[in-house]
Amino acid sequence: MSEIYIAREKLPGIVEQWMGRYRLFGPVFQGQYHEFEQVKQPGAVDLDFVNTKLSPKGLFHPQAEKMFEFTLDKQNPEAGILKEIPRDYSERVILGIRPCDARAFVLDDVNFNTNDIKDPWWVRRRECSTLVGLACNDPCSTCFCTSVGGGPFDTAGLDVLLVDVGDGFVAQAVTPKGEDLLAGIQGDPMPGEAPQKIEDLKKAAEASLGKAFQVESFTQKNMLDLFSDPLWEEVQFSCINCGTCTFVCPTCWCFDIQDEVSEDKGARMRLWDACMFPLFTYHGSGHNPRGQKLQRVRQRFMHKLKYYPDKYGNGVACVGCGRCVKACPVNIDIRQVARLMSDGCVCPA
Amino acid sequence: MHAHNPYLPELATIQEVIQETHNIRTLRVTLDDAEKMRDFTFRPGQVGQLSVFGVGESTFVINSPPTRKDYLQFSVMRVGEVTQRIHQLNAGDQIGVRAPLGNGFRYEDMKGKDILFIGGGIGMAPLRTLLLYMIDNRSDYGDITVIYGARSPKDLCYLYEFEEWRAGNINLVLTVDAEFPGWNERVGFVPTVLKEEAPSPKNRLALVCGPPIMIKFVLFGLKELDFEDHQILSTLEKRMKCGIGICGRCNMGSKYVCLDGPVFSYSELREMVPEM
Repeated sequence: MSEIYIAREKLPGIVEQWMGRYRLFGPVFQGQYHEFEQVKQPGAVDLDFVNTKLSPKGLFHPQAEKMFEFTLDKQNPEAGILKEIPRDYSERVILGIRPCDARAFVLDDVNFNTNDIKDPWWVRRRECSTLVGLACNDPCSTCFCTSVGGGPFDTAGLDVLLVDVGDGFVAQAVTPKGEDLLAGIQGDPMPGEAPQKIEDLKKAAEASLGKAFQVESFTQKNMLDLFSDPLWEEVQFSCINCGTCTFVCPTCWCFDIQDEVSEDKGARMRLWDACMFPLFTYHGSGHNPRGQKLQRVRQRFMHKLKYYPDKYGNGVACVGCGRCVKACPVNIDIRQVARLMSDGCVCPA
Repeated sequence: MHAHNPYLPELATIQEVIQETHNIRTLRVTLDDAEKMRDFTFRPGQVGQLSVFGVGESTFVINSPPTRKDYLQFSVMRVGEVTQRIHQLNAGDQIGVRAPLGNGFRYEDMKGKDILFIGGGIGMAPLRTLLLYMIDNRSDYGDITVIYGARSPKDLCYLYEFEEWRAGNINLVLTVDAEFPGWNERVGFVPTVLKEEAPSPKNRLALVCGPPIMIKFVLFGLKELDFEDHQILSTLEKRMKCGIGICGRCNMGSKYVCLDGPVFSYSELREMVPEM
């Protein structure tokens, strides 16, 4: 796979060049934090960031989107016929994705794209996207990608990996799609020390992370034993079921489907939803299989750390981005939950 | 080339509406696309999503059998927003259908066996599908006993069919929760009547559907009668949205009720997390 060097001052030019050929998305500073969005000005891409506040899952699975539109006008011969909304599936480049977030798309693929059932919007958005990742030279204190099978320089899910080596970036193609993208740009001469620098940065980044827990120590436990363990009593105690963790999480994909109507125009909407909310499972009859907070908190962690690995044999559905750890208003820490799942309840006496 | 959009309902027309009880209506619908209607195949126990455009979708079992394909039947209890609107629909109205979804009953494996259906309230709907299928293939099965209970005689569905069921050599045991003027059949909760009937578990399968509390006590009853876990099948209800195992709400542990179910054996259920 090819590798090119891009001097730091040349990057905006390359971004501009890509913008001429692709729709370009990247991290943009929003005043308080960075978010992924479609880039209108080449200079708006800001690669000097730790990570975005929301995960980039919305680029493939928007928080709210119209699935279909329809008219309720009985006079209209098309009344009640659901029509697909035209979507832009032209090629796009997503620049500056962190390795953890790219890995999340791979973990989510097994839900949205199976042999039998394919979510058409997810699949087509994945197909039209080229992911240019940015290796993490300085993981932050809430990062734990190496504990869940990833790494700060991991290339899973990426088409190109960029490594910031100081005066510029080394761009490594990971897939043929990435190869094509790099073929179109003029690189600068590769500094002789770059390969060693990458090796050193990678080692230092990995060393800074440590091991937060051992995945096998709970994924290999019996599902029903974990389910009925008293640890959930401790975990759920402070939870306020706000659902913030699910909204910032790159692997929380659950959604609701609702019809919205204005006069005689209707739309069938797909909206992010969360297992933290009682309505998520509330039957029409009033019965609720997860009516208690404990059941909902348990569902979220068990889904990520036990149900998902059991179902797909694909590791845990957590990439260690640490967003939920940062965003939780009551300081619930998934690393601690994972340790409790490993060791059982360690409630103070 | 991209596959058919699994979220897109087929348009269907309601051919007939039957008022079963004060809060249950049965719709008989046909897909507007005649070719799709002709080629429509499904297993008893599979479900469908009915769409009222502008209101939403809900999941119901297809409760006519694949041996009777003049229409697809759905029995709908009025409990929430979508079902309220479904109850306002009449013959000639259009409705969206996404079906079939889910696994259905493995009726091929039931040949040669005695069958015990235990239904409570609207829980009779999915059982009726298989019951009619078995009536249409009566010689493939041994004794067929149906225990069907409701709160009162006014809450029983398919009254107009009981003659046909009995004529199909079905041992039909009807029960209501309390005495009712003019009621000459059994009185008592379904689990109690099960105990009184005490069908032999020998070479028999028990198929159970009803409210969660009934299922719970029927399971105790069946265990007392020495039914083994694999001889007991139930079909479950959950709030569902996508119906295709993607939206994430109807799981019990690592299984999705919409995709892996709604039919599960008791041996499977015992290995699943108890979130009925």
